[in-house]
Amino acid sequence: MNLASNENPDQLFSAIYEEAKRRRNAFKEADVPKIHIGMATCGIASGAIETKNAFETVLAERKIEARIHTVGCIGHCYAEPVVIIDNPGFPPIFYHQVTPGKAKMLVKYFLEKGDPLFEHLLGAMEENDLIPAVTDFPRFRQEKRVVMEKCGLIDPEDIYDYIAEGGYLTLVKALKLPPEDIITEVKNAGLRGRGGAGFPTGKKWELARTAKGQQKIVICNADEGDPGAYMDRTILESNPHLVLEGIAICAYAVGARKAVVYVRAEYPLAVKMVAKAIEQAKDLGLLGKRILGSSFDLEIELFRGSGAFVCGEETALIQSIEGNRGMPIHRPPYPVQNGLEGQPTVINNVKTLASIPHILDKGATLYRETGTEKSPGTAIFSVVGDVVHPGLVEIPMGVSLRTLIFDICGGIPNKKDFKAVQIGGPSGGCLPADFLDTPIDFDSLTQAGAMMGSGGMVVMDEDTCMVDVPRYFLDFTQNESCGKCTFCRIGTRHLLNILERITRGEGHEGDLEQLEHLSEEIKKGSLCGLGKTAPNPIITSLMYFYDEYEAHIKEKRCPAGMCRPLTAYYIDLDKCARGCDACVGSCPVEAIFTTSNRKKGVDQSLCVKCGECVVACPPEYNAVMKVSPPDLAPIVERPVDD
Amino acid sequence: MVKLIIDNKEIEAEEGKNLLQACLDNNIYIPNLCYLHGMDNPPASCRMCFVEIEGEHKPVTSCTVRVKDGMVVKTDTPDIRQLQRTALQLLLSVHDVDCAHCPANKKCELQRIAKFLKVGLKPKRLELLLKEPEIDDEHPLLDYYPNRCVLCGKCIHVCKTKLGQPLLAFARRGFYTTISFYGEKPASDLNSSCKNCLACVEICPVSAITLKNDSDQIAEA
Repeated sequence: MNLASNENPDQLFSAIYEEAKRRRNAFKEADVPKIHIGMATCGIASGAIETKNAFETVLAERKIEARIHTVGCIGHCYAEPVVIIDNPGFPPIFYHQVTPGKAKMLVKYFLEKGDPLFEHLLGAMEENDLIPAVTDFPRFRQEKRVVMEKCGLIDPEDIYDYIAEGGYLTLVKALKLPPEDIITEVKNAGLRGRGGAGFPTGKKWELARTAKGQQKIVICNADEGDPGAYMDRTILESNPHLVLEGIAICAYAVGARKAVVYVRAEYPLAVKMVAKAIEQAKDLGLLGKRILGSSFDLEIELFRGSGAFVCGEETALIQSIEGNRGMPIHRPPYPVQNGLEGQPTVINNVKTLASIPHILDKGATLYRETGTEKSPGTAIFSVVGDVVHPGLVEIPMGVSLRTLIFDICGGIPNKKDFKAVQIGGPSGGCLPADFLDTPIDFDSLTQAGAMMGSGGMVVMDEDTCMVDVPRYFLDFTQNESCGKCTFCRIGTRHLLNILERITRGEGHEGDLEQLEHLSEEIKKGSLCGLGKTAPNPIITSLMYFYDEYEAHIKEKRCPAGMCRPLTAYYIDLDKCARGCDACVGSCPVEAIFTTSNRKKGVDQSLCVKCGECVVACPPEYNAVMKVSPPDLAPIVERPVDD
Repeated sequence: MVKLIIDNKEIEAEEGKNLLQACLDNNIYIPNLCYLHGMDNPPASCRMCFVEIEGEHKPVTSCTVRVKDGMVVKTDTPDIRQLQRTALQLLLSVHDVDCAHCPANKKCELQRIAKFLKVGLKPKRLELLLKEPEIDDEHPLLDYYPNRCVLCGKCIHVCKTKLGQPLLAFARRGFYTTISFYGEKPASDLNSSCKNCLACVEICPVSAITLKNDSDQIAEA
């Protein structure tokens, strides 16, 4: 599909680009403050709509002229709602946790009186003499934003905002290249699929290009389902045009005229953003028939998945688009030979496709300067759990887990110790502290027993039970198993039952051998990736935390004190204050009674181990104790006349 | 025709033929539950028909392999047998083993495979997990026994072959996956669309679908 047209894409595009520049300059040069509010799902969940309303109300009340610019997510979840204020005479300033009250103050003091309210700002977005810059923080300094470069800075609902930043320029460039050259460039860049498995993207494209088929299809896989992972959602909500541009370049390279964005329906905002972006791009002639006057046609459809985790598996995803139950089918044939509607189909993750414009723009050599030899480029993680600064982080491949968790994300809160990190979601593994210096790249993580996955990372502190964590993930995979094949459907159920028994203190000899045996067999015997990887959390936790399993089974003790049936609360009578009743009212089941000397005791037969009394006990007494196994709790008799 | 070696025995088969079928045709038995002769794309869901093929580093399901000239296949290695035994034990761990009262007794595929693999029918190492209710009697003509069913999907396949749009489907997820008579339509609708051809009853390898209150008759038929 070479360019066979007398019209020049450059010329057609330059008119669009000029319009984008004009709009951008008009916005930039307006001598009024600009208020950028992060309005992706995470921002909205933290109250960004209320914040925006507060800004609008106060600006109107005080008759101040300012522009409100709704943007996507910048990735700093701990700081939501995030507002960046660009007030003439000041550098742009990053404010965190901007509640409606703070919004009012910012208008009153900063916009009206020129006081940037130092106590509420995180930093300036650029170096200056007045205000410390955010680049002084390790989070900002050590990140390397390639895919997320514009996330949280541009309005995802405005195509001109994207074009003004150089958007779609790479597509124009691509349209002038022979498709084979694009594939070669992607191959040279060494880009590996960001969906988890790390298959070389260029190779996949080449296979699709050379596969026989009447038409070829590109699918963007945005069926993100790992618990605690939201990379794809954020990118689609914050910069949908980047993904569309990547899809268009891919389609041009492999010779496809049809593409599908598969987004789960649980992502309503992402669905809205992508739908709007497709419309806008069509209106400007960047999608649809004869794109920019070339002979290249591309229709992008949006497909809303119903939310089954297994539909992220490519064959199940295709089944689901075709209207069937989302059940994986045997590979080979791979979708790249025989996919949607029987046609050669490239299925790439959102992050993979979003990397394409950058690679083609900057070239393979420059792309390879970031990352490692075998895993070039950047990795995006949603770091959640017990970290000070959770959020989306884009780092060069090869950075160590320690740097990511302790420098970039601020380490473990409340002075607790690091225990483990789960990488790769329910298919990944838990790595202990010994592996903190492991570089983050496809091969090193696989070698350690975890996997890159699509970017979910859960950090766990010392209070996490390493039997309960795999139990949680197995509960997830068992619920999400499509039920097709024997090993996954029944095998994971047995694994889950055994783990549940162990966490209840009913584990017995032979359980660990059974777990190991079944895990290995399920890995070997399952039909698809979901089953093949489902035992990974068990395998790694058995490898690195065997003693915790043994403590549960042999001593009926949960070392982290998390498994309720294996713990007990009691009140230390030496610490308890005579006459204090703080804990009594907090107990939902009236398990706390007054002893004969007016101190408190816990009736173990009633206690549900909710831990409310620990919270209620004033810190100067700190008298409520938690022990495991439960028989360590001293028995305090309830007075007979109580 | 191509030549291939299975368990050190040379056999001939049409090129591109299903490997499992080629073995069965040559009296080399490989345990299988979900495969039907003539299927274009076998579901490969029972995970029983594993073989080792020279050049492949992992056991593969023979129903998804097409024969090639010079292929060297082993069906009886310790690894394969262990995998097959585990799969069978998993199936038996959710199976209501009550052969004496089951119409499939003596012609049951599970019994046959258990005998072949020398596995006892009562699981020793795995906990027995049965589903509730024991019988799904929603269908006006048929009863479905989830604790007999191995979810091979043959009933759906034959119903689809006969009617185009099957009246049976997989429903629910994970361990609770089950065969369901279609949709939430009233049973009277099923009465008119189901042609009472009994193809599903006949194909079921474990008598999980039977004619209502009539299971004994089927056993004798």
